[in-house]
Amino acid sequence: MSPASYLLLAVLALPLIGAILIMFVPREEKELARGIGLGVSLLTFVVSLGILGPFDGRIASTQLVFDKEWIPILGTHFKIGVDGISIWLVMLTTFLTPVVLLSAHRAVEDRVREFVAINLLLEVAMVGAFVALDLFLFYVFWELMLIPMYLLIGMWGGQRRVYASIKFVIYTMVGSLLMLATIFYLYAKYGAVTGEYTTDLDKLTTLVLPQRAQVWCFVAFALAFAIKVPMFPFHTWLPDAHVEAPTAGSVILAGVLLKFGVYGFMRFAMPLFPYGAAVAAPWIAIIGVAGIVYGALTAFVQDDVKKLVAYSSVSHLGFCMLGLVALTPQAIEGSIYTMLSHGLTTGGLFLAIGVLYERRHTRRMAEFGGLWAQMPVFSALFLLCVLGSAGLPGLSGFIGEFLTIFGTFISGGSHFPEGWPSFIPFPKLLATAAATGVILGAVYLLYMFQKVMFGPLSNERNKNLPDVSWREIAVFLPVVALIFALGLFPRPFLRVTENTVDRFISDYKSRLAEEDGPPHLRGQPPPEEGAAAGDEAKAGEPAADAKAAEEPKAAEQPTAPPSAAPPSAAPPAAQPATPTPAPPAPAPAPSAAPPPGGQP
Amino acid sequence: MKQATLLWIPALPLIGAAFNLLFGRFLSRRTVHLVAVAAVAASFFYAAYLVGGPLWEAFKAWRGQKTEVMDGLYQHVYTWIEVGSFKVDLAFRMDTLSALMVLVVTFVGSLIHIYSTGYMSEEPRYAAYFGYLNLFTGAMLILVLGNNLPVMFIGWEGVGLCSYLLIGFWFTEEAFAYAGRKAFIVNRIGDFGFLLGICLLFYATGTLDIYSPNADHPSLMSESSVAAYRETFFGGERLALFAGILLFIGACGKSAQIPLYVWLPDAMAGPTPVSALIHAATMVTAGVYMVARMSFLYAHSTTAMAIVAGVGALTALMAAIMAFAQTDLKRVLAYSTVSQLGFMFVGVGVGAYTAGIFHLMTHAFFKAGLFLAAGSVMHAMSGSGDITKMGGLKKYLPQTHICFLIYCLAIAGIVPFAGFFSKDEILIGAFGTEAQGWFPMYGKVLWILLSLAALGTAFYMFRLYYLVFSGENRSDPETRGHIHESPLSMTGPLIVLAIGTLVVGFLGLPHLTFVQKYVPNFLAEWLEPSLVDFGRPSLEGSIHQAHASDVGLLTLMGIALGIGVVGILLASALYSKGPSSVVARFTAGAGAEIYRLAKNKFYVDELYDKIIVRPFRWIALGVFEVIDRFLIDWVLVEGSAFVVDLFGRITRWFQNGQVQRYMVGLVLGGALILFFATRPDADFDWQQVDTLTVQFEADVGKGPGSNGAEVSFDFDDDGTADFTATWKKGDPPVVTTWSFSRPGEHDVSMTLKDAVFKKTGTVEKTVVVEEASGHGEAAAVEKAATTDESARTPVGAGGAQ
Repeated sequence: MSPASYLLLAVLALPLIGAILIMFVPREEKELARGIGLGVSLLTFVVSLGILGPFDGRIASTQLVFDKEWIPILGTHFKIGVDGISIWLVMLTTFLTPVVLLSAHRAVEDRVREFVAINLLLEVAMVGAFVALDLFLFYVFWELMLIPMYLLIGMWGGQRRVYASIKFVIYTMVGSLLMLATIFYLYAKYGAVTGEYTTDLDKLTTLVLPQRAQVWCFVAFALAFAIKVPMFPFHTWLPDAHVEAPTAGSVILAGVLLKFGVYGFMRFAMPLFPYGAAVAAPWIAIIGVAGIVYGALTAFVQDDVKKLVAYSSVSHLGFCMLGLVALTPQAIEGSIYTMLSHGLTTGGLFLAIGVLYERRHTRRMAEFGGLWAQMPVFSALFLLCVLGSAGLPGLSGFIGEFLTIFGTFISGGSHFPEGWPSFIPFPKLLATAAATGVILGAVYLLYMFQKVMFGPLSNERNKNLPDVSWREIAVFLPVVALIFALGLFPRPFLRVTENTVDRFISDYKSRLAEEDGPPHLRGQPPPEEGAAAGDEAKAGEPAADAKAAEEPKAAEQPTAPPSAAPPSAAPPAAQPATPTPAPPAPAPAPSAAPPPGGQP
Repeated sequence: MKQATLLWIPALPLIGAAFNLLFGRFLSRRTVHLVAVAAVAASFFYAAYLVGGPLWEAFKAWRGQKTEVMDGLYQHVYTWIEVGSFKVDLAFRMDTLSALMVLVVTFVGSLIHIYSTGYMSEEPRYAAYFGYLNLFTGAMLILVLGNNLPVMFIGWEGVGLCSYLLIGFWFTEEAFAYAGRKAFIVNRIGDFGFLLGICLLFYATGTLDIYSPNADHPSLMSESSVAAYRETFFGGERLALFAGILLFIGACGKSAQIPLYVWLPDAMAGPTPVSALIHAATMVTAGVYMVARMSFLYAHSTTAMAIVAGVGALTALMAAIMAFAQTDLKRVLAYSTVSQLGFMFVGVGVGAYTAGIFHLMTHAFFKAGLFLAAGSVMHAMSGSGDITKMGGLKKYLPQTHICFLIYCLAIAGIVPFAGFFSKDEILIGAFGTEAQGWFPMYGKVLWILLSLAALGTAFYMFRLYYLVFSGENRSDPETRGHIHESPLSMTGPLIVLAIGTLVVGFLGLPHLTFVQKYVPNFLAEWLEPSLVDFGRPSLEGSIHQAHASDVGLLTLMGIALGIGVVGILLASALYSKGPSSVVARFTAGAGAEIYRLAKNKFYVDELYDKIIVRPFRWIALGVFEVIDRFLIDWVLVEGSAFVVDLFGRITRWFQNGQVQRYMVGLVLGGALILFFATRPDADFDWQQVDTLTVQFEADVGKGPGSNGAEVSFDFDDDGTADFTATWKKGDPPVVTTWSFSRPGEHDVSMTLKDAVFKKTGTVEKTVVVEEASGHGEAAAVEKAATTDESARTPVGAGGAQ
């Protein structure tokens, strides 16, 4: 643990301390509570910027790792760290929190103290879930996120806030319960194979489960994450949650919370169950593309501006999922970039809708029209967010969408669905279908913009709307500035991510090349069929009680399996050194450096 | 390769745009337009300096050897995107082609900026207007100078955005805002193709740079890339075909070709100088420029080029017909633009790239002029553009009139105005085209289509001219009283453009031997290093032109000129004194149908509305209401919640706090437990031990019988017990044997009577007895086991009775 890793811990601790501090502020002291909240969240952002200093983009693995034993009897650790993927998502979180606190300055007038504290707690949970390197710790943060968001929607939300908040929580819980069961299963299996019971992610990824078990485990994880993304058809909680949430809630929900779905696939589901991921990949790609088109179509017919933007999230996150399973560096970077850009542009759109809502207390498009004449500065800011979201080159959205489409287009056929006629280029079809999202994005966003901003200023109640105040400009300015920065200078962002992504791909491919068989560690041959016939039969269901059954066997069968004569493996130097892009050849890539042997 | 800070060329207008958009609203109009005009003009002068200095040197050097690709000027600003092997540099390159475009864009752009200071002087959003105009110029320059396709794409979409903003500039009119949106979306449909074209090219070649300063790094022009274009990609066709078509879809959107031309006529909603700059002189030519820029790709697919030329020719003719019946000054010009762009595409599509670019350039002059003159006319006519209300403006607007006449003569193709030379080159190119693999008369068909379009052009342009400037004035007296010539800021650019229209044609004199001997075709030589083969061996299998003799060329030129004259004479006969009665009779009688079709633009907008726009909305609405609201959210989500809820309601009924109801549950539950707990579950096993002898073993089960029971067997199915035994807890199981009289199936039943409740339960099984057989026990046991399975019957209530 380097001193720098305490920096990461500070990012987690600061908002927590702030939240506790605010609880001691007297109820009436609203300005003080707001001030502390803004100050603490700004400080957190500055500290999180400090992470970029010691963070070395050339290193692909997790860095600034802070590891302390947490619950010894369970083998869980308080282990956190960042890599090239999570570092930007942490930044996004710490960036958006002060923005929303500032934006809610006027919008929230009752229970200010609680509002600020809840937002800070939410920040803790979100950052925690991004940096957790222990499955159990991740699960704790993952569930912890629900509570502040539930309260945000339920306490400061709109008319149907109770319905929306409960729908949000139950939807998410359903998914995460299966994930919890699977975590237990994994925990037990790893313990059975190695004799060490732990939830450390790095260790668990060395376990190779039977392929059939991987499929089921992947499905369980995928459900949890797919709901969070949200992937079509698990998305219907999103429009309700967005419409009812206060602006601050919507911005955080769209800006950060949705990213956990994609991040979860990237960090947990795919590395832990590579075979399951490979089986599911074509379907995820197809559903992703379906989501792009579906989200765009449904967004187009909304009258509520917020609902429109909510459905547009379904469309954008479809790009993320597509890019993730295309498994080319370009597509995955595009996926990550789309997440960042979506956080900013959609965050910006929700802020803009918040500005309108504060003035008019409605979000129906039919109520607006011709606002540009009345609010020119606001219109310009709004337009930039719209264009960023529609993927105009030079703004942030383009880079992500372009890289995703591009990376999918040039990807090999490794994710063809079974029985697909090989002469029809599947990746190219996917990319083509995804590219229609470029057209559709312009269709619904500009339609909305025209309805709200253009046309005659006919509604009497819109004729005296004030333009944005300096405070509101201060809210928008950093967002818009970043939309430009990400669009014009993506390279610094991509460079930090690049090595991690390369490693992600090569790791994934080498894991995928592992031999099928009873649970064993990577790089080792699976144990004899007979020795583990019992658990082969059971491997289908992820069951917590498997632990009991495996325990005695684990004692007599330590880390190395019996008859451990590595089967005639080539020496490591002789292994091919280039990761081949197309079909997942059983060639472990150099950076992955799995122990030699164990080649099928 | 020569380094040059090319960045300044697009950056100057962009800085001007940023300045005016951010601070313009606080500044005076004078400052705003000074900054805007200065930005574009500075860009022009800087570009002119670069072209005249370093680029000219490079050009001269290239002409000396003519072997390699000409380097031109190059600037690598920074690396924009880099992921793995995919690298996009923000790099600019100026070769002879892009230099020509830059000069046209900045020169015409400067004039239009100046013109706007007069035309837009009453506009309240003055700074925004000039900001957008600058932004547009900057984006166009990025498009032109970009050295790779993604950077071109920045400009490509950037001009689309500015077009959106400027068409919808007077957004308080719903229709104008709609026109802006329509333009952006139709352009986006094209961009979709362009984007996929980019992907396909990288997939095939591994690079997106048009030119690479580094010999080790391939570019799209390298031999390796060219080899990739020629490879079979799909369905036996070359990759160049697919890449070419995808990029051409982009060009169709930007340059308003069939089927994506529909946005351009509507784009006339914007201020007139915008129409001149964006929708005539520059942005719409981007597609033509792109095809010429990518000539090294198109050259490798005859089919792709044939499609480009074919679409161009059809568009040229169709738009010309539509222009016949329009009554709005700007709309006539808009369709004429679409038509002329079609000419340019035929030029680049038949491999006469120089001709296409030449026409692009001359068109930029006379079409910008036409629009600006139209603006001047509308300025005079209190903003109205209805040509049926004009006429006789000759005497009110003398300067505008002369300029307009020059432009009209140019577009009609009358010697020596610029349009004559450029249009003629395209026609000659089309006539001499031989496309391998296509029908032999391909080039001739193109030529006929274009000639008809040219005839139409001459006719509708002079119809316009006569309706506006000659005859009697048909406007109402009030408007007539206000007619005045425009200020110098507006007529000045008109005169400059008119002079340009007279001059630029001479840059590309016809390829007649006696002409070329004295004045070579400068443009062809200038563009040579930027087009197609760059001095490499000429390309096999593609489109090429047959070399015609001087006599042949002169004949073709004569025909073209004749067509122009015929068109003008026809228009003069029908319209020189206002619309003649012949026209009225024709449009009411024989030609009513045709007139109606042309006037309504062949109902293409209505068709698109019917087959695309409306169905799209219906589908979207259907998807939302049926799939999203009903199926997913109502049936699945609310449905599962309802099931849980229902279960909760049912169980809640038991938990309502009434002691009586709890008691009912208690009693019913107790009875159920008692019933199941006291049910004896008797069973027995059997095994043949000898000939006809079977051993039976009673199993008292786990029910009450396990505490002691009376077991009786009935072996012969006669209803009476044949064997009875009493079993107590702790005893070994009851075992007995029975010898059957014959082999075969026997029904055996066992009855169990427990010692506690005295309840009986009976189990009945079919026992298969085999004759003593040598192969003995094992088989018998196996058989027995299976029979046992099938014969097991639940003891059930029957036994308990």
